[in-house]
Amino acid sequence: MIVGDTFRPGIFVDALAFIADNPAFLAGKALEQLVLAGAALGLALLVALPFGIVLGHLHRGSGIAIGASIFARALPSLAAIAFLLPVLGIGFLNNAIALAILAAGPLLTNAFEGVEGVDRDAVDAARGMGMSAGQILRRVELPLAVPLLMTGIRVAAVTVVATAPIAAIAGGGGLGDVIVNQASYRLKGVLGASLCVMALSAAVFLCLVALQNALTPKGLVRTRVVGDLPPGKELQ
Amino acid sequence: MDDDGPVIPDFGEGSSCVTDNRTFCWDWAREHWGDTLQPAVLQHLWLTAIAIAIGFVLAFGLALLAHRVRRVEHPIGVGAALLYTIPSLALFQLLVPLTGITTTTVEIALVAYTLVILYPNIVAGLDGAPPEVVEAARGMGLTRRQVLTRVELPLAVPAIVGGLRIAVVSTIAIATIAAFLLPKGLGYPIFYAIKLPEPFKTEIYAAGALAIGLALLCDGGLVLLRRALVPWARKGGA
Repeated sequence: MIVGDTFRPGIFVDALAFIADNPAFLAGKALEQLVLAGAALGLALLVALPFGIVLGHLHRGSGIAIGASIFARALPSLAAIAFLLPVLGIGFLNNAIALAILAAGPLLTNAFEGVEGVDRDAVDAARGMGMSAGQILRRVELPLAVPLLMTGIRVAAVTVVATAPIAAIAGGGGLGDVIVNQASYRLKGVLGASLCVMALSAAVFLCLVALQNALTPKGLVRTRVVGDLPPGKELQ
Repeated sequence: MDDDGPVIPDFGEGSSCVTDNRTFCWDWAREHWGDTLQPAVLQHLWLTAIAIAIGFVLAFGLALLAHRVRRVEHPIGVGAALLYTIPSLALFQLLVPLTGITTTTVEIALVAYTLVILYPNIVAGLDGAPPEVVEAARGMGLTRRQVLTRVELPLAVPAIVGGLRIAVVSTIAIATIAAFLLPKGLGYPIFYAIKLPEPFKTEIYAAGALAIGLALLCDGGLVLLRRALVPWARKGGA
């Protein structure tokens, strides 16, 4: 565990020096972490997003959507990673699946709420114009659901990137490798890697906020994106 | 570490279930409830309760400020959202040089996360009172303070409890990460069991299930609390 070097704020300077001295090493670790996070997010997107969209389109299964959001929040990331360990063993697959499970909650819930919450009048109007169910979904429901769909993707992406370092305890690699290995990297290395992890999550967050703003249909720009835990709703 | 010789998984003395490391050994869970699981549950509850209490007071103060001075509302919100992107493992580590390997470090990080969840919800709740209702109250001669305490706050209760639910459940989950720093809470049995040469399944599943159960239990308790506080808001605003 962690020893010595505490109560010495000057250590942050050493941490920055560690980053400056090992840019290639840290970049490699960051890339490893992004690959793991990307795989997990991709997996979750493939499964949870269509599921949430279909449930929302059919106006069925609000219990599943709410349950998924509560369960995803109640499931500690450490437990998710540990639970699958005996089954899948240490390494990439275990961690990718554990992180995907954590990401699936916000994706599913927001996709469901986004599509389900589309104004019924708009859907009726589209049906009156002779659109098929598929056309209604593609041309009306999905565009109007973009703000919440993107919120789900953003929350899921930040969750996955921010949780990936914990996976290092189960052979996940990435910057977490440095954070949990103080014996080799000393506190300055641990802190340097922590700063990198922080920057990485913030960058992913900001990129996705920008993407969300760019993708939101013009008619919906009133939707606030930053600082948007929805009032009284457990969407995130 | 001065381990010489071969590393032999040591799960202590136990039944064949334990030594074979089968999926779940009830006898281990019963035997170690008193010395491992129960203390971890209590520590976990304690870590969470302190974080929620301090976080709620701070968030409430900030929200009242933002409610009064609208200009600070958005900047605080953006700052809070960015704060929430800081990975817990990194935040714990970054606080170590300042506050050491202590419960204080863990609590500062946990409080920061609860703040981020509670603040926007309280602000949204306070701002959620319909303008005509506030105006009617003003017209009846209520002072600003009275409008706040008699109109806006009661109407904000569902949103505030909604925020509390998210904060409590999230904090219980995040508090497991404290185990990377301190041998405390339900994260520690998991952390310890993973690090064994052969991960000890029973301990992982028992502590993990307890953490999830604790979160769901607290969530249910807060739903009941909301029903008691605002019986008129049974539907919607969940």
